[in-house]
Amino acid sequence: MMKEELETANRPDNTAFTQQRLPAWQPMLSAGIVIPGFVLIGLAFIGIGVALFIASQNITVLERDYTGVETVSDCYKCSNPSVKNCTCKLDFSLSNLFEGPVFFYYGLSNYFQSQRAYGASKDEYQLSGDLDYFKTPNSACSPYQYDANNNPIVPCGSLANSMFNDTFKLYQMVNGTKKLVPFDGKGIAWWTDYNIKYRNPSVTPLKNAFNGTVKPPFWSKPAYELDTSDPSNNGFVNQDFLVWMRRAALPDFRKLYRRITEGDYASGLPAGNYSLEIAYNYPVLSFGGRKKVVFSNVSWMGGKNQFLGIAYLVVGSLCVVMSMVMLIVYAKFKFPEDDK
Amino acid sequence: MDFSSIRKFITRWCAGEENWVDTRTVYIGNKEPPPGAEAYIPQRYPDNRIISSKYTFWNFVPKNLFEQFRRIANFYFLIIFLVQLIIDTPTSPITSGLPLFFVITVTAIKQGYEDWLRHKADNAINQCPVHEVQHGKVIRKQSRKLRVGDVVLMKEDETFPCDLILLSTSREDGTCFVTTASLDGESSHKTYYAVQDTKAFNTEEDFDTLQASIECEQPQPDLYKFVGRINIYSDRNEPIARPLGSENLLLRGATLKNTEHIYAVAIYTGMETKMALNYQSKSQKRSAVEKSMNAYLIVYLCILISKALINTVMKYVWQADPDRDEPFYNQKTDIERQRHILIRAFTDFLAFMVLFNYIIPRVHELGERAQVNTSDLNEELGQVEYVFTDKTGTLTENNMEFIECCVDGYVYVPDAICNGQVMPGATSMDMIDSSPGPGGKETEELFFRALCLCHTVQVKEEVTVDGIKMGIHQNKATSFYISSSPDEVALVEGMKRLGFTYLRLKDSHMEILNREDEVERRRMSVIVRSTTGEYYLFCKGADSSIFPRVISGKVEQVKARVEHNAVEGLRTLCVAYRKLSVAQYEETCHLLNSAKLALQDRDRKLAEAYDIIEKDFILLGATAVEDRLQDKAADTIESLQKAGMKVWVLTGDKMETAAATCYASKLFRRSTQILELTTKRTEEQSLHDALFDLRKTVLRQHGSMTRDTFSGLSADCVDYGLIIDGATLSAVLKPSQEDSSQGNYKEIFLEICRNCSAVLCCRMAPLQKAQIVKLIKASPEHPITLAIGDGANDVSMILEAHVGIGIMGKEGRQAARNSDYAIPKFKHLKKMLLVHGHYYYIRISELVQYFFYKNVAFIFPQFLYQFFCGFSQQPLYDTAYLTLYNISFTSLPILLFSLIEQHINMDILKKDPSLYRDIAKNSLLRWPIFIYWTFLGVFDAVVFFFGAYFLFNNSTFTSNGQMFGNWTFGTLVFTVLVFTVTLKLALDTHYWTWINHFVIWGSLLFFVIFSLLWGGIIWPFLNYQRMYYVFIQMLSSGPAWLSIILLIVTSLLPDVVKKVVCRALWPTTTERIQWMRTDRNFDGVMTYSRDSLLDGNADKLYNGQLSEFTPLASLHAPTRRRADHQNPIPRRSEPFTKKLMFTHWRGGPNYCTFTPLLRFAGNSRHSGGGYAHNGAGPETSV
Repeated sequence: MMKEELETANRPDNTAFTQQRLPAWQPMLSAGIVIPGFVLIGLAFIGIGVALFIASQNITVLERDYTGVETVSDCYKCSNPSVKNCTCKLDFSLSNLFEGPVFFYYGLSNYFQSQRAYGASKDEYQLSGDLDYFKTPNSACSPYQYDANNNPIVPCGSLANSMFNDTFKLYQMVNGTKKLVPFDGKGIAWWTDYNIKYRNPSVTPLKNAFNGTVKPPFWSKPAYELDTSDPSNNGFVNQDFLVWMRRAALPDFRKLYRRITEGDYASGLPAGNYSLEIAYNYPVLSFGGRKKVVFSNVSWMGGKNQFLGIAYLVVGSLCVVMSMVMLIVYAKFKFPEDDK
Repeated sequence: MDFSSIRKFITRWCAGEENWVDTRTVYIGNKEPPPGAEAYIPQRYPDNRIISSKYTFWNFVPKNLFEQFRRIANFYFLIIFLVQLIIDTPTSPITSGLPLFFVITVTAIKQGYEDWLRHKADNAINQCPVHEVQHGKVIRKQSRKLRVGDVVLMKEDETFPCDLILLSTSREDGTCFVTTASLDGESSHKTYYAVQDTKAFNTEEDFDTLQASIECEQPQPDLYKFVGRINIYSDRNEPIARPLGSENLLLRGATLKNTEHIYAVAIYTGMETKMALNYQSKSQKRSAVEKSMNAYLIVYLCILISKALINTVMKYVWQADPDRDEPFYNQKTDIERQRHILIRAFTDFLAFMVLFNYIIPRVHELGERAQVNTSDLNEELGQVEYVFTDKTGTLTENNMEFIECCVDGYVYVPDAICNGQVMPGATSMDMIDSSPGPGGKETEELFFRALCLCHTVQVKEEVTVDGIKMGIHQNKATSFYISSSPDEVALVEGMKRLGFTYLRLKDSHMEILNREDEVERRRMSVIVRSTTGEYYLFCKGADSSIFPRVISGKVEQVKARVEHNAVEGLRTLCVAYRKLSVAQYEETCHLLNSAKLALQDRDRKLAEAYDIIEKDFILLGATAVEDRLQDKAADTIESLQKAGMKVWVLTGDKMETAAATCYASKLFRRSTQILELTTKRTEEQSLHDALFDLRKTVLRQHGSMTRDTFSGLSADCVDYGLIIDGATLSAVLKPSQEDSSQGNYKEIFLEICRNCSAVLCCRMAPLQKAQIVKLIKASPEHPITLAIGDGANDVSMILEAHVGIGIMGKEGRQAARNSDYAIPKFKHLKKMLLVHGHYYYIRISELVQYFFYKNVAFIFPQFLYQFFCGFSQQPLYDTAYLTLYNISFTSLPILLFSLIEQHINMDILKKDPSLYRDIAKNSLLRWPIFIYWTFLGVFDAVVFFFGAYFLFNNSTFTSNGQMFGNWTFGTLVFTVLVFTVTLKLALDTHYWTWINHFVIWGSLLFFVIFSLLWGGIIWPFLNYQRMYYVFIQMLSSGPAWLSIILLIVTSLLPDVVKKVVCRALWPTTTERIQWMRTDRNFDGVMTYSRDSLLDGNADKLYNGQLSEFTPLASLHAPTRRRADHQNPIPRRSEPFTKKLMFTHWRGGPNYCTFTPLLRFAGNSRHSGGGYAHNGAGPETSV
C-alpha cells in the first residue's frame, strides 16, 4: 500500500515533455535543401546588389578639404591657430545640375568623438533643462564643470565645449555677382532630440536661466545666443548643437550642416560656379585632423555607399559559387556504393 | 592515513575529551555502576537532537554569503563588481552588480527557505514524544531529551528515535521485525534479536531491577557493522557477558513492525546515530565535460587578459603623441594628469577587463538547473568506454530455481516444476541414474536435512492484526520465505517440494555459525542437535571452499557433476556434514563465544574459529540452481560492444559458470578466442611467462590487423576474450617489493586487456572489483568507466567508477542507494547509454561550445571598437544590452536545446549502437572543435564589426540626410549579433518542437520588443538617455535593414557550407543515418538503383537487431532447456527514486511513437523546397 503511494509520488508527470516524445519537425541541413537555398539566396542578393549599386551610382557627392594644409589653398592663411576671425573661400564649379535636395555636411577626420571620457563629459539633466544642474553640473563634465572662478559652466563638459564652430555661406556666381544659396537649418537633428530629449529651461527670457553660469570656454557666445533670430533654435535645442552632441561612432565622420531645399535651389544646385565662404575657427591641425565639406544628395537607400551594393553582389555570387562547389562535391563524393 | 589521524586528533582535542576511548560503556537506565565494577568515567554524549539545518538565525547572512561567494562564478563577478565600484570603468557597477545581487538574493532566499523547512522538520522530530522507562514507570518525553542509557518502550509502527540495543520484545522468542525502508530502502521485514539474558524482562518494573552495562564501539557510519558486549549483573557479583552484534542493534529511522512492543536501551543518540553519520554526502564526481569546460574557461580567461593587455599596451603606444593623448577637445583634469603612469595603466587594464568580462560565460547558472543527485554526470553516459558488470542479479535475473541435486553421485531432478511455480503436492523425484544402494537412503535424508537447515531463510507468515486469519492459515502453505540470498530461497523451496518443509527457527539448539554467506568465506555452517541428541554440523558452500575440507564421500562423482553443471551455467553448491560429539560441541561453543565476545579483531578471530571447526567433512552432495539470464541481456551486451564499449564481467562466481553465462549473453562469441589467465595456468607456468605469452598472442594479431581493431565487427578480425580469476588478478596487481619488473605486470595486463573485446573476471572479491575499475581508470587514456551491479558486493565498484549504476534487485537496495543512477533492469542500460547518454552528450557539448561561441561573437567587436575610439574603453553596446545579452536574449534557446535536442530519432540510436562511437572519447569537446567554434565566433565578430564599419564610414543611412551616432552603430552590430547567434542555434537544432519554435522566435521577438521599449521611452530613473529612439531610428532606415540581412547571411554562410561539405566528404556514421533518412531523395530518379540499395541497407540496419534474443542459447547447453524461457515473467517494477529520465521504461512495452518524418521530395532541388509529407517511415516497428 505505502509502497504504491511512494511509487506514484516519485514518478514524474508522464507528459510528452518529460518523456521527450514531443511531436517534432526534424529538418536536416542537407545538400538537398542547402544547394537550392544557396542558389536562391545568391540570386536574390545579386538582384539587391545590382539595385543598390545602381542607386548608389546615381548619387552625386562633392567633397572638398578646406583644412588649409596645402599652401595653395585659400584656407592656408587661416590654418595658423594664432589667426583669429579668419575667413577663407573655397571655389568649385558644377558642370551639371546637382540634383536636389542637396545636403551640406561638414566632415572631420582623425577626430575621436567616440572616446569614452569625452562622450561621458556632459550632463543630461542639465541639457534637459533642469535648473538644479545649472548650479552643480555633473562631475563627469570635469574639467569643464566649473571655471577658474568656480562658476558652473553651462552646458558643461568636453563634448559641448568642443562644438564645431566653423560657419559656411554658399554663393552661386551668377554673372560675376554672388548669389546667396539659402540654407535650411531645420530638421538636421533627430526629431526626438529636438523635441523631447533636449529641453531649454522654461524661463523667459532664456538668458535669465543662465544667470550665475558661464559659457564653455571654447565658445564665443553663450548657449542662449546660439541663434538669436529664432528662439526655437536657441539654447540647447539649437540644431547645430544637437547635431554635434550626437557623437559619431568612428574617428572619420560627417555631420549634417544644412539642407538646400529652398528657393531656386529646391530642385538642386544648377550647373555653374560656386564659392563657399568659410568662417575658419575650428582648430584641427593640432591633433592631425582634417576638415572638409561635403555636398550630397540621397536616394531611397541613403547617401552614396558603394560598399553595400558591392557586398551584396559579392555575397550573392559567393552563394551561387558555393552552391556549385557543393553540387560538385556532393555528386562526386557521395557515399560510395560499396561503403555500406 | 596521516590526514585521518591528524583529523582524529583534532576532533579529540576540540571535543576536549582527555580520556578518549575507543569504546563506550553505557549503564542501562543510567544507574549507578554496581560496586566492584571498574572505575567508571562518564563520557559526555550529545543529546538526541538531530540537526540537519545548516544555518541559525544569526549566522545565516554571513555564512550563506560566504558559501555563495566560494563558487568561482560568483566570486568572479564580485571582483568585477568591486573593480567597477572602485575605479572609473566603462560600464556602471549596476551591470554586474544587479545580476549578481539578483542571483545571490534568490539563492539565499531559496536556501534560507529550505533551511527553515529543515529547522521545522528537525523540530518536529526532536519534539516527537517517546516513552521512557524510569524507575519502573513509563514517562513521556520529548525525543531530543533522550540520553544514552535510557530504556525506551517502543510500540508497533513507531520509528526508533535513536540507535537502540534490543533488550526484550513482546514476542516470546525475543525477536522483533523491523523495516529499514527509510534507511536503505529495503522494505522487507528484518528480524532482530533481543539479548538472550534480558529477554525475560517484560514489564517496566522488571527494568528497574536490571543491572547491566553495555560496552560498545564508538559510533561509526557503517549501517551493517556493530560490535559490543553486554554485562549483566545478576545476584551474583560476577557479571554475565554476552556478545552484541548488528542483529541486536535497532537503528534510528527504522520502524517496528509486527511486534506489539519492545524495550530497548539507547546507545547512540543525536548526531552520533548511524543514520546521522550517514548524512554526509558522497564525494562529488566530476564529469569529463566539466573538466574540458574548465580548460576552456582558462583559455578564455587568458584571452580576456591578453585582450585587456593588448589594448592597454596599444593605448599607451597610441597615446605617445600628446595630441592624441589630450587633444584640445578632450582635456584631462589636473588630477588625471598628475596620476602616475603605472597607476593609469593599471586602471586602464582593469577597465578593459571589465569591458570584456562578459566573454566568460555564466555557464554555472545553467549547470545549477538541477542539482539533484549527480546530474552533472548525465553527459558522462555518452562517454562510457568500459562497462563493468556484475553477473548475478545484473546479467541474470537472480531468480533462482532449484534444478537438480546430486547425492552421493546420484542425480535427482524434481519433475514437477512448472515455470518456476511451486506445485504443491509434487513431492516425487525422478532419479536419473540408477537407484542408490541401501546406504544411500540415509545420506539422502541427511542431505535434504542439511539443505533444510543450513540457511538464513526466515519464514514470513501471513500475520495481520487479524488474529483469526493467523490461526486459520498458520499451518497452511501461506507462509513464504524471505532471505537476503535468493539461492537459499530456491533451495528451501525446492526442499519443500520434496517434502522437507522448513517451518521456523525453533530455538537456540541450532547454533548458527555464520549467518551471512560471506563472500570471503563462501560457505556457511549450522550446528544442530537432532532429536536423538546427536550433534551435526552441516556446511554448505562453494565447491572450492568445501572440497578441501572433505575427507570422505563420493568426491569424484560429485565433483564431476558439479563441473558439468557449472559449464551449463548453473550455480552449484556443495553440502557436507560432520558429526560432533558432545565434548566437541562444547569446545566449539566455547571457541565461538570467546571469539564473538572480543571487541577488537572480532572478525579475524571468528574466521580462525570457523577454520578450526569446519574441517573433516563428509561430502553429501551438490545442488544446482539455475539463474536465468535477464531479459535482453545478450542483446544489450552486444549493443554495448557494437557501440565500442568494452564490457567486463566481474563476478564472484566460479569460472565455468561465469564463462557459460558470458557465452549465453554473447559477451563471448563462438569466434572469440579465449585467453585464460587463471590459477590453473599460473600453476603450470609462472605468472610472468603467462603474461608475456598472452601479450605476444594478442599483439601479433593486433600488428597484422593494421590498426583496424576499431571496428570489432569485421569478420576477419579474431577477437579475444580474457578470463582471469581473482587469485591471479591479485598476483598481477600485487606490488612485489624486490622484483624490478613488477611494475610492468600491471601494464602488460592492461595491454592485454585493451586488445581483448571482452574480459571476464571471476572469483572476485568485492574490493577486487573496485581495484579493477581503479586500474582501468588510471590507465594512460583515462577512459570513462561505468559499473553496474545490484548487490552489496558491487557497491565498492559502483562508487569507484565514473558512473555507478545500481540495479534495484533482489539483493536489497544497497547498490541502488550508492549509485548515481538506479535502473530496474540490465536491459535499460542500453537505452540509458545509447540514447540518453548520446543525447546528453550532444546537448552538453553544444551547450558548452555555443556558450563560448556566442560570447566571443559578443565581445570581440568591442575589442575591435577600441581601435576606433582611441582605446578609451568605450563600450560598443548599451549597458542594457551588455547586461541582458547572456541573461535573456540568447540564453533560453540554448537552454531548451540542452534539454530536448534529439539529433537523431531515439529508436535509430537504439537500433544502431555504432552511432555511439561517433561521440566516443569526448569527440565533440576536443580542441580542434573548440578552436573551430571560437574561430567561428571571431569570424562572425569581424563580419559584424567591419560590416557595420564600412557601412557607417562616411555615409548617410537615412533619406533625410541625418547622421547616426555611435549608439546606432553599436545597436546595429548588436542586432546582427543576436540574430546571428540565435539563427546559428536554429541551424544546429534538429528537433523542432513547438517549444523550440516558441523559444527561438520568441527570444528574437523579445529582443526586438525590448529594444523598441528601451528606446521608446525616456526612462526617468536613468541619468542618460543615450538609447532614446536609437533602435527605432535605425529601423526606419532602409540600408540598415539591408545591412542587417546581409551581415546575418554572411556570418552564417561559412558554417552552413562547412557542414554540408563535411557531411559529403567526411560523414560520420550519425550523419550517414541522418542522410539516409532525409537526403536519400535528393537525386531521386537519377540513381534509382542506388536508392533501392540504400533502402535495403537501411532497412537491414534498422531491422537487423530486432530479432528477439533467445536466452541460454549457449555453446554447451544441452537440450534439457524448457521452452518457456523466452517469456520471462515480468517482475514487479520497483519504485523510482532516482532519475526522471528513465521513467518511461517502467511498466509495459516501449512504445516507439515515430514522429512523422518530413522528407524533402526528390524534386526539391528544382522547386526549391517542396516538402513531401511522409507518414511514419517504414522503420516504424516494435
